Formats: sequence, structure tokens, C-alpha cells
Amino acid sequence: MTSASAIPAPQDILPDPDAQTIEAALVGAPNCGKTALFNAMTGATQKVGNYSGVTVERKVGIATTPSGRKFSVIDLPGTHSLRARSPDEEVTRDVLLGQRPGERVPDMLLAVADATNLRGALRLVNELKKVGLPIVLILNMIDIARHRGLQIDHEALSAELGIPVIPATAVRRGGLDALWEVVDPMLEAGLPERRPSTWQAPSSHDLRIAMREAERLVTAHVVQPPAPDTASARIDRVVLHPVAGPLILLGILFLMFQAVFSWAAPFMDAIDAVFGWLGALVAQVVPAGLVQSFLADGIVAGIGSVIIFLPQILFTFLFILLLEDFGYMARAAFLMDRVMGKAGLNGRAFIPLLSSFACAIPGIMAARVIDNRRDRLTTILVAPLMTCSARIPVYTLIIAAFIPNVKVFGGLSLQGLVMFGLYAAGVFSVLIVAFVARYVFAREERNAPLMLDLPDYKMPRPRNIALGLYQRARVFLRRAGTVIFWAMVVIWALSTFPQPPEGATQPAINYSLAAMIGKAVAPILAPLGFNWQIAVALVPGMAAREVAVAGLATVYAVSGEGGLIHTLAGQWSLATALALLAWYIFAPQCISTLAVIRREAGSAKWMWVAVVYMFALAYLAAFATYQIAAALGAG
Amino acid sequence: MMANPEKIEACSALPLGQCRRGFKGKLVSVSPVATQGGFDAEELERRLLELGFIEGASVQILHEGPFGRDPIAVRVNDTTVALRRHEAMAILAE
Repeated sequence: MTSASAIPAPQDILPDPDAQTIEAALVGAPNCGKTALFNAMTGATQKVGNYSGVTVERKVGIATTPSGRKFSVIDLPGTHSLRARSPDEEVTRDVLLGQRPGERVPDMLLAVADATNLRGALRLVNELKKVGLPIVLILNMIDIARHRGLQIDHEALSAELGIPVIPATAVRRGGLDALWEVVDPMLEAGLPERRPSTWQAPSSHDLRIAMREAERLVTAHVVQPPAPDTASARIDRVVLHPVAGPLILLGILFLMFQAVFSWAAPFMDAIDAVFGWLGALVAQVVPAGLVQSFLADGIVAGIGSVIIFLPQILFTFLFILLLEDFGYMARAAFLMDRVMGKAGLNGRAFIPLLSSFACAIPGIMAARVIDNRRDRLTTILVAPLMTCSARIPVYTLIIAAFIPNVKVFGGLSLQGLVMFGLYAAGVFSVLIVAFVARYVFAREERNAPLMLDLPDYKMPRPRNIALGLYQRARVFLRRAGTVIFWAMVVIWALSTFPQPPEGATQPAINYSLAAMIGKAVAPILAPLGFNWQIAVALVPGMAAREVAVAGLATVYAVSGEGGLIHTLAGQWSLATALALLAWYIFAPQCISTLAVIRREAGSAKWMWVAVVYMFALAYLAAFATYQIAAALGAG
Repeated sequence: MMANPEKIEACSALPLGQCRRGFKGKLVSVSPVATQGGFDAEELERRLLELGFIEGASVQILHEGPFGRDPIAVRVNDTTVALRRHEAMAILAE
């Protein structure tokens, strides 16, 4: 870090753990505005990664005080208590107690409290004081508290607690001035040495004492107006209404589908056009041959087939971030808890599964909101069964080729009904697999209860949303992009080599390794009614579902999907087509999803569990479909 | 509506898990008995305490879930917490 002549890229200012910079840790309950405070303190210098060995997000950034002093800030996972109850909370406890290998102990703690609700934060501070680090208590969202008529005597609180207590508003310009005024001199004077920790997990008796003490402090130093009818309470009366509530939720879902499928389309077309143009450019500039084929078919088409999903993913995340910031997520979990509970899932699993209609990758990442590990794992494992957008090209192709475009039941399109049936099959398989998983994996574990805060509603902050989207986009492009990129390179090589001999009469791919693999695999797939051409298409289709369409086009050596539809209709039996649809409901044909499962579940074991159970279901479903259809005369 | 095998000891106090929307009262005790699911009694007690359910707190049932009136949204002092009736049985209020 030298002079600030240019804005450095975030990764260039990665705080070195060995550096002699001061590290301050933000600690506080979820929903206390900790992340907004972190964003306000560190801005674009954030680096988001994972703690080693776990999938808990690790966020660090550099804060610069008005006097130019720099120190690093780590945003520890939100916690109500140091009594770690989830993997996230364990990280917070271990970092603070210096029990996390490879992670430095922070030099000071910035305890964050929601000023409108001090009791819980005061109890947490009571625990934090035992850790032995210097503490500053930040009364965040002080503007909202004042607006509601709360008067907090922060100086008296500070005297009683023996630590600085500072009112702040993370989301307002100048809202951190008071914080800097205290922190700057503290850093200037040098922080005291860390004292040995005397923290022990509190018993319910200890908790009662701490709660009473917090209650006493609030009674003594906070003047509260008599029970205000807050805006949140008024909104909740509508949003959590037994009839209106579920209808509003449905409306939001509908809007989200619209966004993901319609609003994202022009952006996707634009990306497609750019990559098409790039491919054409490569074809013009580079002479025909292996290099051109590698660049145009391997690299450009490969990267393009990944990036095309970015708009859908960003739209999904835009909705999720907005709903999260607004405070609606907890309400959705409240409304859906009973329904999800029937399938052995937690109410909080609703949103991740919803996102999986766009793409299982953001869905699996959104499962982080589930604090119970078993529920989170189950959600991660079933999310890929939801009908993601990558299945749409395959479904559309086969339906167009084999399902007659007729009206049934007085005006309903048969093709539309089949599409709807495929979506419904995805949802039902999610519920059934989750139900089964509950008994197979975790019989001995207790059913995790739903206990969640319904935080006050807040206006989403554009800056927070933008930062969130930027981080998701980066993660998606970096992680999923590299995996698919290499897969495409391998697939290109497999379907290109060995090259056809001189005077070859068949399409080039028939001489390639991909064809050899296809023919080798074909006997296994024969009971499903799949021929070797399907097997060949499924080989690249393992990397990403929609690639199978391109694979089929290559194998049948036709151009344009209209041509492919006629070819397929002439070559396959109806039973084969239906079996392939059934296969696609279940088959885990997406390397990036598997990579994300591996990352989010924390071990390769769960990825293999997903691969095995999904292939097993795919094989069984396709087998049953083909055999039954063939027996009925469609073979 | 909800079969409850557990005995109610306090004379006028009701388990919160049996109360309907609109119930408003004071929390008398947090005393989980060994539950059939969820956590063990001590852990449930600690979690409830951490959410603010402590003797003397004011409690009010604001909302009920749309299906089977479960879970419930409870105003406890200055916060709103969602929990299932099953766990709310551990909370006695009057």
C-alpha cells in the first residue's frame, strides 16, 4: 500500500495478516446494521473470501480515519452470543478467543448495537468484556431510535459499562464522525495489551443475570415513549395477514419470475450477440484450422455459454438482496415455515429453493441464511432439483420435436402443460427427497426449531445492493467461470481429436474421442432408450445441461434448431424423448453446481452424495419412463 | 387446536404456545420440560432467554402463521420474534 494516486483494485490491498496494522473486529447480532456499518467504514476496499476449512464468509476491509490513519476491519458473522450455535457463530467465537488457526486475534472490538433495541446488545457486551480486548460500543441506527422518541444517555451508559459508547448512523453521511473522534485518539495512544480471556459459556442462570443487568441499564438510561405503533408493525399487519400474506408472497414470486425470465432476456441476447460477434471475429482473423476451432468453439463459445447466465443470476440476487435489506426474508420464512416443515425443511429454506428456479448456484449460496447445519445441507442437496433455466433449452427442443402442438381440456396447450408438468416434477422431487433425507441422514438429530427475529423494515440502500451484486458477480465469474472454461476446453479437445482421416465421409465428430466415449457408454444407457448419439451429447452436457443441445446439433451434423427438431422427430421414438425429459429432471449435469455444492457444504463428500443420488434418480426415472412408454406402444 | 400433553402448573399462567393472536401479558416463567423435538431443555431455555424471553418481559402475540396458526410472531419487549408453538409451550405468561 503506497500513495493513493489511483484507486487500487480490491485484491491489491488485501490486508496482510502479519502486517503491523491494527485490526478491529465488528461484532453484533444479525440485523443490527453491522454490514451497513462495515460498508460505510471500508467502502470498496472489501475483500470477501471464506474462512479456511469452513464455508463461512470472511469479510475484511481497510478503514481510513479522517486523520489518515488506516486500520483493517473484519466483519465477523452475526451472533447473539459467544455460545456458538451455528458454524458462523463458531467462527466469531474462535476468532475472538484466538482459537482459530491461521486467523489473527483482533486488537480491538467494535460491538454494534441496534439503538432501537439495546437489551440483547448489552447482554452481548457483557460477554464480550470477558474476552479481554478493548471494546467500543456503537449504538447504530441512532437516527431511527431518535425518530421514534427514544432518548439514550450514552455517556451514562459509557460510565457504567466502563467502555466508550458512541451513537452512529452507518447509512448517513457524517454518521460515523463521533466514532472516528473516539477511535482516532485510541489508535494514536496505542491500544492496551490483550488481557487473558475469562469467558466461559454462560448457563441459563448466568444469562438471566446478564439479561436483568441489561434490563436495569435500559431502564436507567433509556427514556422510551409509550409503545409506539411503528411502521413495521403496520406493514406486518398486512404482510403477515393470514390471507393477504401468502397472496403478497405469491405476487413477489411472480414478479421475480418475470424479472428472471423476461427482464433478463434482452441482456442475455446482448451477451449472446457479443460472443457471437467475437466468435465471428476470431473466424475472420484466425485462419481456419485447429487454432481457430479452439479459439472460436472452445474458448469464446465456452466462456459465452457461462456468462450468458449472469443477467439471470444478477436479477435473482437483486431480488434477494432487496428483500433481505428490506427485512422481508424473515417474513417469507414465517409464512412458509409450516409448509416447508411438512417436507422436513426449515421455513428459511424457501428463498434458496426459490432462487434455484433461476440457477441452483445462487440458490445454494443463499442457503447460508439457514443456521441449522442439517437443514442447510438438505437444502443445498435438493436445490439442484428445482427446474433451473439451463434446462429450458433442452425441454423446449424435445417438447417442440415430440409433443404435438394441440389444445387439450378446452384450450390449454399440450406443450405448455408438459412444460408445467416438468416444473411440477422438479418441485415434487425436492419435497420428496428432502422428506426422505430427513430420515436417511439424520435420524438421530433433533428437528431444528424455527426461532428467528422479525427485524424492523428498512429502506434498502442502493450502495449496499450494488456492493452485494458486485461481489456475487465476481464470485460467479471467477469460480463457476473457471470451472466451465476448463470443461469446455476439455470437451473441445475430446470432440476434435483424433481428427477424421483423409477422405472421411461421416461428420468429424464420429472419429473423435467423444464418439468413442459415447459408444462405450451407450450400452449402459440402452435400457433408457438412449442411442449413442444421445450418449455423445450427454458427455459435454455433463459440464452444463444446455450444452447437450449444441452436442446433439453437432452429432446429427445439422445447423439451426429448426433442422434439429425435424431430425430428432424422425430419428427418436417418443419413448426415448420422454425418457430423456425424465432424465433431465434429475441428472446433476452441471459442473459449476457441483463445485458450489462442494464449496458450500464444506467437503467433497456431499458433492458426491448429490452426484450419486441425482444420477440414480435420473436413471430410474428415465428407465421407468422408457419401459412404460415402450410397453404402451411408444417405443 | 393443539394437543398438549404437558401439565400446566401455574394456576393463571398459560403456555404461550396455546395462546391466540391478540394475547397480551407478562412473562411468568421460561421453563422447558424435556421436549420431544427441538433442543434439550437447557439449550431451549438459553435460546429463549437470548431472544429476550425473560421473566417479567411483556409479551404479545402479533401474528399467527397462515397454515394451522403456526408459527407465531411474538412481541417481546422491543423485538418481534417468530417461533413455533411447540417451543412456545416452554413459555408461561399471564
